[in-house]
Amino acid sequence: MSFSLSRRSLLRAGAAGLAASALPFGLARAQTNVILGIVYVGPKDDFGWNQAHAVSVEALKALPGITVVEEENVPETDAVAKSMESMINLDGANLILATSFGYYKPFVVDLAAKYPNVTFRHAAPLWNKDTDPANAGSYFPYLNQAHYVNGVAAGLSSPTGKIGFVAAKPIPSVLSNINSVLLGARSVNPNATVQVIFTGEWSLPVREAEATNALVDAGCDVITCHVDSPKVVIETAEGRGVKTCGHNASQASLGPKGFITGAEYKWETIYKSYADDIAAGKTPPNFLVGGYNNDMLRNTPYGAGATPEAIKAADAAIEALKGGAPIYKGMLKDNAGNVVVDKDYDNYDPYLDGMNWLLEGVQGSIT
Amino acid sequence: MDSAVITVLIAMLGGAIRVSTPFMFVALGECLTEKSGRINLGLEGNLVLGAMVAYAVSFLTGNPWLGVLAAGGAGLFLGALHGYICKLPKVNDIAVGIAMMSFGTGLAFFFGKPFIQPTAPRLDAIPLGDWTGNPALAQALQVNPLFFVGIILSVIMWWAFRNTKWGLIVRMTGDSAASAKAMGVSVDLVRFLATAAGGFLAGIGGAFLSLYYPGSWNQGLSSGQGLMAVALVIFARWDPIKCIFAALLFGAAGAIGPALQSVGISQGYYFFNAAPYILTLFIMIASARSKGAAREVPGELSITK
Repeated sequence: MSFSLSRRSLLRAGAAGLAASALPFGLARAQTNVILGIVYVGPKDDFGWNQAHAVSVEALKALPGITVVEEENVPETDAVAKSMESMINLDGANLILATSFGYYKPFVVDLAAKYPNVTFRHAAPLWNKDTDPANAGSYFPYLNQAHYVNGVAAGLSSPTGKIGFVAAKPIPSVLSNINSVLLGARSVNPNATVQVIFTGEWSLPVREAEATNALVDAGCDVITCHVDSPKVVIETAEGRGVKTCGHNASQASLGPKGFITGAEYKWETIYKSYADDIAAGKTPPNFLVGGYNNDMLRNTPYGAGATPEAIKAADAAIEALKGGAPIYKGMLKDNAGNVVVDKDYDNYDPYLDGMNWLLEGVQGSIT
Repeated sequence: MDSAVITVLIAMLGGAIRVSTPFMFVALGECLTEKSGRINLGLEGNLVLGAMVAYAVSFLTGNPWLGVLAAGGAGLFLGALHGYICKLPKVNDIAVGIAMMSFGTGLAFFFGKPFIQPTAPRLDAIPLGDWTGNPALAQALQVNPLFFVGIILSVIMWWAFRNTKWGLIVRMTGDSAASAKAMGVSVDLVRFLATAAGGFLAGIGGAFLSLYYPGSWNQGLSSGQGLMAVALVIFARWDPIKCIFAALLFGAAGAIGPALQSVGISQGYYFFNAAPYILTLFIMIASARSKGAAREVPGELSITK
């Protein structure tokens, strides 16, 4: 393992150099330069989750006083600890963004304890104020609000009102996106339905293509999805001549004929606020969640698949969400007939975080 | 319910046609290599590298068929490398295969980066089902020419193994290196050529993945299909024709999961998604227990020695 040996000695040299240079720096200026280190689990041009982060970080690079250090394709293993540690020691990163779910425990938690002067933030609501280091933290926008807008636009762009949803795994955030698409579509078309197919994995291109074909064969004329990289789903649906709604990042270029709109994260709002806090010497919030009401989401600019009524209704839905309009309004039953929403819930109500049901109108099952 | 059954059957037919082709090519390539007495576990690497090269060449030249050829070339290179290394004394072909798998996928990921975003021209399909007037059936019968190439190739291989001198030489090297040497045949050369040719076929299988179905290049594209295809060869008892049936069966079984959910049978999708593997396991147990099974295995394979 000559690789790890050389890295280790490099680390030591880097740390020494940094210590030498840090002293006069700290005295010289009031504003702290932000050196942001960000780790991606996959390629940063995957048309999905990683691309959404990369696009946002790209926007930060232009700002003065911010340096960005990126590393892609870092598995959720010891490798991520090495990546983050080298960003801290070699590049002098003072803000580390770990963007994949599995990075948090034990890697982010351990490193945060080891480097108390570095701010660590992780993109999933996992930080626990009782047990985890104070310089660690979580951020997570509620993408289901943008999926609700997808549903509104899809409901008015679909001739039949049958929407197909290719989903990875039945975890609460995925289920909430499915339910939100249904509620959005039903808000403009009471007969709309959502048919869901679970692939069981976050990235399985062949099965995603099969699932898309099966949904189109079943009569769905708008297809949307929640998988890591929606490229295959959008391209397959476009090839079958149906309309599409995107997820995570912009897939507009993949569906020149049928793309309606897509649910996108606006990570730059969060990253910008972190950078501002660190530059001003403040501690960024440990737990940051949000949605349309605090500018953490956006919908992809409307494509050729969106009808004029759909655009109008979707824009109105966005305005309502910015004002905090609730998505889950009682009474709602799940597709087994049990009442699961008995009153109006705030969009950030903890009850919704534990979602384990699909609403009446969704064809599909979580087991 | 009848229409639901028909929907699932059509989906299985479509799935068999759409999904099977990469399995077919990798399995045929591996069949040829194993018939010569060597195992190349690295064909997953050929598949992924072939997919990347095909997409890149199609994007850069605008001609997808040129991409298919280039994918074959990339597979040929990896196969030849495997064949050459295994010629050296005391080299274990299985270990080299695993190394080649990592090498091929790593190479593909490294050079494939700039080609994830762009959209390359794809291969066209032949619409064979338009006369049925049933849109689902018409869709299922959109067949890519490579599918037929694979079937024709398997028949040629089956015939050539039995009826040609070349086929005899390959089988002899695979069954008894000593006899081949006594006949004046260079065992190493035959195995080198068989591995290289097998690698070529696996590369073509990769081109199908990136240029037809699912039809885009990304790093999760293959998700282990090359490994599965190697297992299919054992399942097909080293018979090229059976390789085709195994690939078709595997494709059809893979369509069961999504198709059942689409007709409303949504409980237990994890189980149905595992259908291809469960099915393979059962047929493998059944076929490997038969009396003739021992005779079908090439005698020189390092797993049987």
